Amino acid sequence: MVLAEVVGSTAAIGYGLAAIGPGIGVGLVFSSHIQSTARQPESSRLTLPYVWIGFAVVEALALLGIAFGFIWQGTL
Amino acid sequence: MVLAADVPFPPSVEDFFLPSIVPWGAHDSYWFTKITALVWLTSAILIVFFLTAYRKPQLVPTKSQWLAESIYGFVRNNISIEMIGPRGVRFAPYLTTLFCFILLNNFYGIVPFIQISPNSHIAFPAMLAIISYIVFISAGIRHHGFVKYFKMSLVPPAPWFILPLLIPIEFFSTFMVRPFSLAIRLFANMFAGHMLLLVFTLGGFAMLSANLWLLPVSIVSWLMTIALTFLEFLVIVLQAYVFTVLTASYVQGALAEGH
Repeated sequence: MVLAEVVGSTAAIGYGLAAIGPGIGVGLVFSSHIQSTARQPESSRLTLPYVWIGFAVVEALALLGIAFGFIWQGTL
Repeated sequence: MVLAADVPFPPSVEDFFLPSIVPWGAHDSYWFTKITALVWLTSAILIVFFLTAYRKPQLVPTKSQWLAESIYGFVRNNISIEMIGPRGVRFAPYLTTLFCFILLNNFYGIVPFIQISPNSHIAFPAMLAIISYIVFISAGIRHHGFVKYFKMSLVPPAPWFILPLLIPIEFFSTFMVRPFSLAIRLFANMFAGHMLLLVFTLGGFAMLSANLWLLPVSIVSWLMTIALTFLEFLVIVLQAYVFTVLTASYVQGALAEGH
């Protein structure tokens, strides 16, 4: 007897969980940049390239989540 | 309303594999598709544009010369020199080509009636990442010499007993994760962007075909598509910039003295 059933892909739930970490990380990157710029406005140009590098490196994790969600879809 | 008859929803990976053009309509060989056409178009546009812009360089630049000079100047000053230092000028031509190629290829994602980026197929970002990988490793080897370069990038200044742990980590992060993450980042951004636009566009039609009273919701969904297209423009420029900046920072790491 089936009491409750869930159909569809759990990949969406998995990706939701996987996006938490990068979400926090990206938030931290930009919050640090805003804070440092507020404290020392002329440092903005100096730190901006590092903001984008940091953003890209952190964001890669979320994007791996998207890619692998599709790659492993239906294999497990 | 005719369009809404049977819209496949939700969109899937299959939507990225466009029908074959040469041979026409074939299902087992895909020699030439819209994706191939777009990549050739990008190469043609870039070659023709930069050649004509620099054909007769003038002291007071023409419009196209101004555009070409500002793109090159931006990459040269704001990416190459800022990231790598004075030595970065040598890499500016490669980085400019990379930037323009990625930008234009990404940009097809939001051009009406084209609306798919070749970079949403892993093959193109992977190839670009491999080229960048070769560039930064060969730059390091040419600058330091083979042995010294690998010693410098693999062996951090640390006590000897921790080295068996650190060397594999350094190897993994520098020589394996870097090209992989470069390719995946660009690919996944373009892939997810296209998917997002598909969900909102096709979702509108799907709701409409389910019930005609959902028309207002469908219109909201299509308006969302327009808003997301602007977001997508931001992502397109950002990813072209990020790919170039990361390549520059890898080159900088390869040329740096010490660890």
